[in-house]
Amino acid sequence: MSTVHTEALLVLADGETFEGVAVGHQPSDGVATGEVVFNTSLAGYQEILTDPSYAGQIITFTYPHIGNYGVNERDDEARAPRCRGVIVRDLARRPSNWRATDDLAGFLARNEVAGIAGIDTRRLTRHIRSAGAIPGAFGVADRDTLLAAAQADGGTDGCDLASVVTTPEPYKVGPDDATLYVVAYDFGIKRSILDQLVVSGCQVEVVPAGTSGADVLARAPDGVFLSNGPGDPAAVVAARESVGALLGNVPVFGICLGHQIMGLALGAETFKLRFGHHGGNHPVRHLPTGRVEITSQNHNYAVDGSSLPDGSEVTHLNLNDGDIEGVRSEALRAFSVQYHPEAGPGPHDARYLFEEFVQLMKAS
Amino acid sequence: MPRRDDIETILLIGSGPIVIGQACEFDYSGTQACRVLREEGYRVVLVNSNPATIMTDPEFADATYVEPLDVPTLTRIIEKERPDALLPTLGGQTGLNLAIALHEAGVLDTYSVEMIGANVEAIETAEDRQRFKVAMTEIGLHVPPSGIAYDVDEALRVGEEIGYPIIIRPAYILGGGGTGIAHSHEEMKHLAERGLAASPISEILIERSIAGWKEYELEVMRDHADNVVVICSIENLDPMGVHTGESITVAPAQTLTDVEYQLMRDAAFACIRRIGVETGGSNVQFAVHPQTGEMVVIEMNPRVSRSSALASKATGFPIAKIAAKLAVGYRLDEVQNDITRETPASFEPTIDYVVTKFPRWAFEKLPGSNPVLGTQMQSVGEVMAIGRTFCESLQKSVRSLETGRYGLNCDPTERELDVLSEDELVLAAAIPTPDRIFQVEAALRRFVSIERVHEVTGIDPWFLDQILQIVEERDRLAGLGIEQVTRSDWRRAKRLGFSDPQLAYMWGSTEAEVRSARTAAGVRVTYKTVDTCAAEFAAFTPYHYSTYEDEDEIAPLEKPAVVILGSGPNRIGQGVEFDYCCVHAAFALRDAGFETVMVNCNPETVSTDYDTSDRLFFEPLTNEDVLNVCERLQEAGEVRGIIVSLGGQTPLKLAHDLERSGVPVLGTSPASIDAAEDREQFNALCTRLGIPQPDGAMATTADEAVAVANRIGYPVLVRPSYVLGGRAMQIVYDDSDVRRAMAELAHTGSLGREGGLSAERPALIDRFLEDATEVDVDAIRDHGGACLIGGVMEHTEEAGVHSGDSSCAIPPPTLPAEVVRTIEEYTRALAAELEVVGLLNVQYAVRDRRVYVIEANPRASRTVPFVSKATGVPLAKIAARVMLGATLEQLATEGLLKPPAPGRHVAVKEAVLPFNRFPDVDTILGPEMRSTGEVMGIDRSFGMAFAKSQAGAGNKLPSEGTVFLSLADRDKDAGMFAARRFFDLGFSIAATAGTARFLEGKRVRVDTVVAKVGEEVGVDAVELISSGKVDLVINTPRGRGPRSDGMHIRRAAIVHGVACITTVAAAVAAAGGITEEAERDADVRSLQEYHADGQLRFDV
Ligand SMILES: Nc1ncnc2c1ncn2[C@@H]1O[C@H](COP(=O)(O)OP(=O)(O)O)[C@@H](O)[C@H]1O
Ligand SMILES: Nc1ncnc2c1ncn2[C@@H]1O[C@H](COP(=O)(O)OP(=O)(O)O)[C@@H](O)[C@H]1O
Ligand SMILES: [Mg+2]
Ligand SMILES: [Mg+2]
Repeated sequence: MSTVHTEALLVLADGETFEGVAVGHQPSDGVATGEVVFNTSLAGYQEILTDPSYAGQIITFTYPHIGNYGVNERDDEARAPRCRGVIVRDLARRPSNWRATDDLAGFLARNEVAGIAGIDTRRLTRHIRSAGAIPGAFGVADRDTLLAAAQADGGTDGCDLASVVTTPEPYKVGPDDATLYVVAYDFGIKRSILDQLVVSGCQVEVVPAGTSGADVLARAPDGVFLSNGPGDPAAVVAARESVGALLGNVPVFGICLGHQIMGLALGAETFKLRFGHHGGNHPVRHLPTGRVEITSQNHNYAVDGSSLPDGSEVTHLNLNDGDIEGVRSEALRAFSVQYHPEAGPGPHDARYLFEEFVQLMKAS
Repeated sequence: MPRRDDIETILLIGSGPIVIGQACEFDYSGTQACRVLREEGYRVVLVNSNPATIMTDPEFADATYVEPLDVPTLTRIIEKERPDALLPTLGGQTGLNLAIALHEAGVLDTYSVEMIGANVEAIETAEDRQRFKVAMTEIGLHVPPSGIAYDVDEALRVGEEIGYPIIIRPAYILGGGGTGIAHSHEEMKHLAERGLAASPISEILIERSIAGWKEYELEVMRDHADNVVVICSIENLDPMGVHTGESITVAPAQTLTDVEYQLMRDAAFACIRRIGVETGGSNVQFAVHPQTGEMVVIEMNPRVSRSSALASKATGFPIAKIAAKLAVGYRLDEVQNDITRETPASFEPTIDYVVTKFPRWAFEKLPGSNPVLGTQMQSVGEVMAIGRTFCESLQKSVRSLETGRYGLNCDPTERELDVLSEDELVLAAAIPTPDRIFQVEAALRRFVSIERVHEVTGIDPWFLDQILQIVEERDRLAGLGIEQVTRSDWRRAKRLGFSDPQLAYMWGSTEAEVRSARTAAGVRVTYKTVDTCAAEFAAFTPYHYSTYEDEDEIAPLEKPAVVILGSGPNRIGQGVEFDYCCVHAAFALRDAGFETVMVNCNPETVSTDYDTSDRLFFEPLTNEDVLNVCERLQEAGEVRGIIVSLGGQTPLKLAHDLERSGVPVLGTSPASIDAAEDREQFNALCTRLGIPQPDGAMATTADEAVAVANRIGYPVLVRPSYVLGGRAMQIVYDDSDVRRAMAELAHTGSLGREGGLSAERPALIDRFLEDATEVDVDAIRDHGGACLIGGVMEHTEEAGVHSGDSSCAIPPPTLPAEVVRTIEEYTRALAAELEVVGLLNVQYAVRDRRVYVIEANPRASRTVPFVSKATGVPLAKIAARVMLGATLEQLATEGLLKPPAPGRHVAVKEAVLPFNRFPDVDTILGPEMRSTGEVMGIDRSFGMAFAKSQAGAGNKLPSEGTVFLSLADRDKDAGMFAARRFFDLGFSIAATAGTARFLEGKRVRVDTVVAKVGEEVGVDAVELISSGKVDLVINTPRGRGPRSDGMHIRRAAIVHGVACITTVAAAVAAAGGITEEAERDADVRSLQEYHADGQLRFDV
């Protein structure tokens, strides 16, 4: 099963160029573009690739061997990947795991995700660390074409990608006889989040990002959940207004983009991080207890703490860079975290937050 | 909560001598702990019987006791030092078990010593296999079905219930001691006995065997605020049934989905919480069913371990260091990650490379041992290699082993496998042995399917497919030939870890040609950094590994650099003592203003700790890899030179090629090194100096050898040149023996591998000096010609017992002063003639006051740390400075070399042998070294120091009871004196017929005359020993030939843990020791105290 090597290039908007070989889906024009980010998780590539929050982005895996355990039906976070491409050092040729039903190459081809392998991903990561998340293009096309494509790609600033990836129609998950009924805004929601809400005893109705606050209240939910999602929170204007209408009238729990949107609705501002947090090993302090949680993270934007209004307190801090990881407003019965307590992939240290949401709803 | 202020003095217990299953990883963890605790301002009291370790260096603790690790001694030390706390989790199983023993003896309560890190309850729940299983079941984790037994019948009963195959696992053991898998009633009987004997509380767990499941380890840390993190996951390439210490292991885990990994992580956390390890590191082992994913817990070690040392080196996260901080009150988030400097230690390292650990075995040195790997550890060391891919790290790990391999086959040795058919290869690979991975590669190269190989080996198909990629690339490249390969071909080859020698072998070219063709094609090595975070944050610690990528991360040199080559994997003949020398050189040269660069591949050592040197290169010690480092550094600034004489024979072998490639070799010149190693040159030199040598000559053929032997007269000693630790050295008594010995040297074993015999590698034939006293000398000469005699060591055992295996003493207890003077003169003369700059070790044999030189090694020797601890003179540091141009006089003024003062103490070194692991190997000592480690006894008299050394080595001398003597004729006269002293001490005497007759003749009463082994009449020796009626065995081998009788006796002694002495000299020394122990209590004094009132040494 000797592998054929079609040489390909990766070119960043600033001209930085890397040699590799084409893997996965082969775009007809030989070009894939997007904002290049890196993820430092050692495992969980299937969950990462299918996380809608990566819409518009090309994912670099810092761990060199990707695809070792193949892919399976159960670990997808969404129906299909939304990322624009994948960059690896080495794509496994023969997967091995009792859960595997296909190999990663096949998965990429099937889902039309272009990939490039053989890249010095550490050099790329170090470059992104200093240059910041940056648009790039890769493929079998020549360098000039790729450079032009990379420079033409606008990145994610100012893009409302949530309304691109959200569900067209509302749908329900979880049993009808569940004790609690939650309406979840889909800005790019992950399956693991729904799973966690359901195992915590909720029936969840997932609604499109554009759904108005009034419309949601009309459904008389016990609580409202604001999901993770891709892109620039500041650009998701409609959602900010809907959430503004909800705060105070119903318990609210937000994760990642949901956390940023809640922050905006509270009157705070958001800003873009240089290269974001993408990984499964970020230490976060839970301020009320002082306990440290190892968290799964995936975000390029964050809430600016100084802009938080009175009445809303910071509950979680990132110990690496001091970023705000959690906010709560007692009065408004709302709280949110920047990281991913549902894991998928990543550690389970913060799953207690779903229980807290349940308690908050029961208390109301 | 930050640092605890309610404790001042902390007691640390080291792990004692290097033994199989407990190597220098605990020197690494202990040294880190000592450093941290002192930085934190605590007073540290350290006890460790092992003088070769870095931790027992006086500068690492406030009070350092090199004393036997037993409860009475520790009690006396506690009584004297009154520590507030005891940190039991950094001294391996030994430290842990001793802490428990001290607790049970009530000592800790009496002196109100608090156990920090792990409490007794936790340790017992983890170490008692049964309690552990109950605890795991309580928290809903799965364990294999099992039962517990305290005697063989019970064991058999339980075995029946569970059903074969079953595994036997003793409680409180290390390195799988006494474990084994039984497939039948019969096997069960045997293994149960062994297991019960191995467990200090003779309790064994009998468990369903799940051999073949995938084996994993998680290294976990917890602080007192219950923050828990995983530092590293490790996947064993060899499945369950092969001890993790015997397995090729890989970090991080390769074939687990995140879903499975997170469940394992949750389980590990539940485990450490349930066991109740309050703070520090633990190691949790899991097995996973390859088809169903079912996960079971195998065991948990509530302490730092070999695996945690590996995890620390693999991730850059210093587990022992952090564990020490947590033990004194810090929380993980209060400790900085000193690699990134800006992030806290409360995180989980993530890596962007693959780490492979490969064990190093020593079966070739233990005739009679059976090289099959199982649940017991037999390996004596290990290497680690880092690569960007598994293939690269695997091939690097193989060439790090120094077993003459260039990589995963593709070298001359692979021909051994060419003769096997596919089926034979598969059959061979089905049995786990040190060669299995090579058989696997060969099988795949011969188109055996991955499925079939997986079926017989249980090795995961992912690993096999990776190896197949090496195979396919090799075929492709072979098809191309060196002329056709393009830049991207070179790049792919190097990225799969192929070494230049492998490629040269494949293309019938030379390493040099390959290197120049490759560099001409623009494919050069790049160095990446180990940074705990996969480059997410900037790293400040230059801890590097080589790979073939775009970007290189080497920063310019700030000061002139000195490269120090380490000693590679621990093995018999080359262990921690050489790491000690390299580490000391690094310290001394850093202080002297150089930028120190360490190159080594042994994950257990202090030398591979990222802050021992200014830069660390975790690399194989081969010409290609070392040259790469040097060339790269030369581009980065001024490289003053490279030190090859402190890491044992390993770096010394490279001296020539490095010099030829333009790397300045510091210290004694390679030419002089040759003059010492090359027999003819050395003979000529000695003749010039008029220094007597045992008569001898070189031979490359059996006929030559026989001719030589007949000229010089029997017995003769036959051995290869250029080896360490008396490799393959034999005493032979007639022509046929000579021929056999020569045949062995030429063909068999790993020596054959390393090239066999040739004009360049001849055999040495020497007259064997019988009944001579052996003497070791370590000296330092500076470029000005001044010479420091570090120490003159008189061996207890006669010449013929390898210097590494015999005990020795400073100062010489019996050598007449003028003999010592002669020895010093000779040593100075040799140093001058060899133009030594740095260390010189000379071995002499003294017979009838005549001094013969046996060999001279212009390099650091095994005894350097022992001498330094005995005398208080830091020989390795001084040598390092001397090699960089300092004179002894300058160093004296500087204060590094303290003025001589007469000491009032004696230090005795005793060797520790691995026979308990190899029941079928004869324990008789000879010129081939077989000890794995050493201990030191130090006291005011030789007898007491000797007694301590015996106790330290696990041979505690009895104070009363029965001594059993069985002496060779030539030993009888001397033996009689020993016997009489035992008699006078009130021991009753037992002896074999001949010995008894002789003793009675000399009016020494013999109470029991013992029959020959197997003789019908009366109890035979083995029965007597087994019956527990003997307290000390003195058995000297009878001449040559099959020494079966003696062998049975010595084996019985080992099996039943009876102290056994095999030379009369040692017997006499023991009698002396017992006499003194009867008269007075042994002192417990720290090295600092001994050194303060006088370094025991000789003038410059
Ligand atoms: N139930 C079992 N079936 C098969 N092999 C086992 C079983 N339990 C342990 N082993 C093997 O024995 C080795 C040693 O067991 P372990 O409990 O780890 O001893 P140690 O305390 O010396 O590490 C393990 O590494 C594993 O390979
Ligand atoms: N001519 C000899 N007569 C008696 N014993 C010898 C003689 N040569 C060597 N030996 C014994 O063999 C041991 C190993 O020899 P040595 O030259 O030191 O080998 P190595 O370099 O491997 O240590 C010595 O320690 C000594 O006990
Ligand atoms: Mg253990
Ligand atoms: Mg173990």
